[in-house]
Amino acid sequence: MSNHDEEVLGKAYDARLMRRLLGYLRPHKASVIGALVGIIGHSILQLVQPYLTKLAIDRHITTGDMTGLEEIALLFFGVLVGSFLLEYAQMYTMQMTGQRIMFDLRMQIYRHFQRLDLRFHDRNPVGRMMTRVTTDVEALNDLFSSGVISIFGDVFTLVGVMVVMLLMDWRLALVAFAVLPMIAIVTHWFRRHARESYRRTRTLIARINAFLQENITGMSTVQLFGQETEQLNRFDGINKRHRGATVESIFYYGVFYPAIEIIGALATALIIWNGGAWTLERTLTLGTLVAFLQYSQRFFRPISDLSEKFNLLQSAMASSERIFALLETPVGIESPVSFVSRSRETPRSITFDHVWFAYNDEDYVVRDLSFDVTSGESVGIVGATGAGKSTLINLLMRFYDVNRGRILIDGVDIRCIDLVELRGLFSCVLQDIYLFSGTIEENVRLGKESILDEDIKRSIVAVHADRFIDRLPNGLKEEVFERGENLSVGQKQLLSFARALAFSPRVLILDEATSSVDTETELLIRDALRVLMAGHTTIAIAHRLSTVQDVDKLLVLHKGELREVGSHQELLRRRGIYYKLYQLQQKGKGEIPFPRMEDSELNLRPREA
Amino acid sequence: MFYALSRLSPYILLYRSRLTLGLGCLVVTTAISLISPWILKFVIDDLADVGTIVTTGDLMFYALLLVGIALVGGCSRFFQRRIIIGVSRDIEYNLRNDFFSHLQHLHKGYFQVHRTGDLMSRATNDLSAVRMMVGPAIMYSASTGLIFIVATLLMLSIDVRLTLITMMPLLLVSLSVRYFGVAIYKRSEQIQSKLASMSVVVQEALAGIRVVRAYRREDFELKRFENVNREYVACNRQLIRLQGYFVPSLSFFLGLSALLVLWLGSQQVILGHITVGEFVAFNAYLVMLSWPMIAFGWVTNMLQRGMASWQRMLEVLDSEPLVTNLSKRRDLGQPKDVRGGIEFRNLTFSYNGECVLDGISASIEPGQTLALVGATGSGKSTLLSLLPRLHEPPPGTVFVDGVDVRDIPLDVLRGAIGYVPQEPFLFSDTLSDNVAFGVTHQRTGEASKNDQVQRAAAIVQLDKEFSEFPQGYDTFIGERGIRLSGGQKQRTALARALMVDPRILILDDALSAVDTHTEEAILVSLRGILKERTAIIVAHRISTVRDADLILVLDQGKIVERGTHEDLLACNGRYANMYRKQLLEVELQGL
Repeated sequence: MSNHDEEVLGKAYDARLMRRLLGYLRPHKASVIGALVGIIGHSILQLVQPYLTKLAIDRHITTGDMTGLEEIALLFFGVLVGSFLLEYAQMYTMQMTGQRIMFDLRMQIYRHFQRLDLRFHDRNPVGRMMTRVTTDVEALNDLFSSGVISIFGDVFTLVGVMVVMLLMDWRLALVAFAVLPMIAIVTHWFRRHARESYRRTRTLIARINAFLQENITGMSTVQLFGQETEQLNRFDGINKRHRGATVESIFYYGVFYPAIEIIGALATALIIWNGGAWTLERTLTLGTLVAFLQYSQRFFRPISDLSEKFNLLQSAMASSERIFALLETPVGIESPVSFVSRSRETPRSITFDHVWFAYNDEDYVVRDLSFDVTSGESVGIVGATGAGKSTLINLLMRFYDVNRGRILIDGVDIRCIDLVELRGLFSCVLQDIYLFSGTIEENVRLGKESILDEDIKRSIVAVHADRFIDRLPNGLKEEVFERGENLSVGQKQLLSFARALAFSPRVLILDEATSSVDTETELLIRDALRVLMAGHTTIAIAHRLSTVQDVDKLLVLHKGELREVGSHQELLRRRGIYYKLYQLQQKGKGEIPFPRMEDSELNLRPREA
Repeated sequence: MFYALSRLSPYILLYRSRLTLGLGCLVVTTAISLISPWILKFVIDDLADVGTIVTTGDLMFYALLLVGIALVGGCSRFFQRRIIIGVSRDIEYNLRNDFFSHLQHLHKGYFQVHRTGDLMSRATNDLSAVRMMVGPAIMYSASTGLIFIVATLLMLSIDVRLTLITMMPLLLVSLSVRYFGVAIYKRSEQIQSKLASMSVVVQEALAGIRVVRAYRREDFELKRFENVNREYVACNRQLIRLQGYFVPSLSFFLGLSALLVLWLGSQQVILGHITVGEFVAFNAYLVMLSWPMIAFGWVTNMLQRGMASWQRMLEVLDSEPLVTNLSKRRDLGQPKDVRGGIEFRNLTFSYNGECVLDGISASIEPGQTLALVGATGSGKSTLLSLLPRLHEPPPGTVFVDGVDVRDIPLDVLRGAIGYVPQEPFLFSDTLSDNVAFGVTHQRTGEASKNDQVQRAAAIVQLDKEFSEFPQGYDTFIGERGIRLSGGQKQRTALARALMVDPRILILDDALSAVDTHTEEAILVSLRGILKERTAIIVAHRISTVRDADLILVLDQGKIVERGTHEDLLACNGRYANMYRKQLLEVELQGL
């Protein structure tokens, strides 16, 4: 999985995206308001402590009166308990709201995946799609659970501190505020450079990772060409640049934190200088002076917090942009709004009517194809690799839509039939046998609860899959490993037959796997196929001609076109493409002698043509 | 643990003088930050005590003093960070280079067992945890330790009883950081694994999308996803609970200390045991102490994680390279000295306990061509990979010019071989850099390099196609050469092998994705080149191998037929059968 495009940081604020993101908060209005109230209450309580210090100094310490100190302590305790509860409630509410929103968002994305057509899935690697559901949504979560709301908290604390200071003594407050522009300037400077250098280090670390990834995968090539030193030098080059970028970012951090501290000292100095003088003139109490010293230190946290939130915002914006782009991807193939309802009985006819299809542009893999399958008929489709056989299934199941022409079921265009109903007509054995993690039984049932246990057992016995399942320690309950790695190819094939049969198909579609299996399994498979095809309308795509010899009608596809139609014997007699294909398969086993070897060698010198 | 530390210490010792200097700065910074509350004490005492005469001049002196020492402290803090964190970046840099260079010496089998993702995570996540351990963790533990000791001493000098009482809630802070730190870490791990299982569900449903659609399993998959999604949220809820307790409880305990100071401290002032200034300074020290208390738990976590990560990195760094340069042979000093005679002598090779090659014996003279034919999995590629020692052959089985390959210096051996694998690996670089990959440019010069690249491209029939690319030979071909077709990739790899002017050319089904017409043209132009070189060719098309001096037909690791094209046709076995089938296929294509 490539991470290159994921590393790019977009702009931090995009009004359109933000509006859309805030839309997700709407269903949780009550919680959001609750959290806001909590955060504001908490900010207010944060302001109390320096004031209590002032009270203690002015009312008790300077007067020497000890009565009432307990009340201040008690009040303080009350404030502590209160802010504990408020902070807990606020954090819990907000983060859980974030979680709920992420839950909905993930469901929304995943549901969209399930609807998007196969063209989309062909183009987009699974790894990248996984990132959308996991990493990208997580980045958004940070925004909701710790970003948006706590910005309010920070702003509120800042404003609160300023208001309290103004109320206590407006002159000294203005003196203290003198440092605010400095904080703003330093923070702004830091934020701009830190972001720049953060971006630079991110880009470089992405290059380091890409280089590493590439060199680990291509290590044999590097070693074969003896390029170890050269590659190490190149790696060292990027590594050095990365180190340079990080050292630069250390510089910004190294300046920022001390600068903030110096400004803090400056604020203290200003308060002492002016406030001290006023204290001497008796226009300011000592308690107020001390409280001011404590308040002035509280400017700093919200301001530097705010600049940290900025990075969060940035990566969240980038993620949300990717997520929304995905959600806006139109679904290519959907059920028609008003569809022709048909009874769920076996279709009487399936018709391909002058069908053209291309996966890319004008590169047609199916050309002007027309044929009929009637109820109870078995049809075999043969042809060399790349003749367009498997594409027919993709079209019939509406994994893709035809470019030109129509596919009809009982005279109705399949684009006018409800998708679920359409696909429900068929049971498919696909070429690439895909097994899910879970037990053998779950892999036959595929989540369809209405299939009875007996049906599953019967299907398994019918296709001889019981022969290997009975030998497994847990039988039907045996766990299948990821992608069925604990089963052989032949066993997986039998299992996929059982799957098709258990779904009591109206039309059976077989796209036989090409992989070779041992002779014993081959015989089992051949017999299982016979069982499967008996009594079903069947469309079988065969790579082994032996499996389709007995069908009613054979269609021979060649380079996307229908070239020959007929039964096995008819086609053999014609001595055309089918005949050649047949010879090709038989040669390997030496069953029939090769007829005119010398001739073909003379006429068909392969490369000199 | 001790071993891991001893492996890490050389990296740290490399920078010992700078680290000492950095720690010196740290001491200065800490000392200065501890002075300012003490100045505050003087100010407040002066202001509170009616007896002393304070002038505004005194106040200004104090103000200037505060700013002055803040400036000094700021400077030393800057250098402290710049030096210590800088050293950690240097160590990170060294470790990263060493890690990569170690990987370069590991054999092919290692990378088949250890997945790229795993190695990558050690080189990135683990490395950064190690850096946190040697940089920030060291810096914070030193500064917090120092602040803790000195601030406590100063507080004790003000009032012993008050110090002891107010320290108690602070200890709770440390304990809860420790406790919650571990609990939160555990939960986070759980959440990570839940996230991983969510990924698996998505991965499975998307990879099997055709089956899902064909069997209308969408709703089932949705439900499955909803379940893991729900579990994930539930897991998160527990973490949120923990964090919800953790953060406010820190403020609570810290606040409790402040409360005790305010309450008991005020009494002490009124009773005349301490001055107002000392009371204010005490408060300030208490605030300074809260950070070390939080950092203590945090730093221990950082150290633990760093150690675990370092151990994971050591697993890679300590893995022995299996293919090593044992050679003492000086007579084979250069790739040019290799003549190219090849012999396999009763070669049996097992991989992962499975016998892949069984009793292979064959030899060819310099300049001859050996062809290998056989089904997938018959052992052809493995046989080829033993020659340049990508896998290590048993001693006394594979010879070049009569010398066991294990005794030939690696760079000589590999320098003499041009190897074109079936699925060639190209780098996300320009076309020209990919073709010239095996040649060191400095020696040849840019102009002659371009010349050579074009000549190699012409041999593999790529010159026309290359010049039609937007930037010609300077076109970037994307990750793994994604902008090239399969055939173009294979031909680029062939050109790359030809560039190094190898004595032995190995083609492992190297033209399988090239169309027959182009392949024909390439073979014609290769003929002249192969005349003076030894070649081993694996191919499925008989036309590619029919001119070879010796053809071996492999089946399940054994040679089942051997001879020239004519010999093999005459014996009418597998090879002859294959040949007839291919003739038929050609006929079919023509229809």
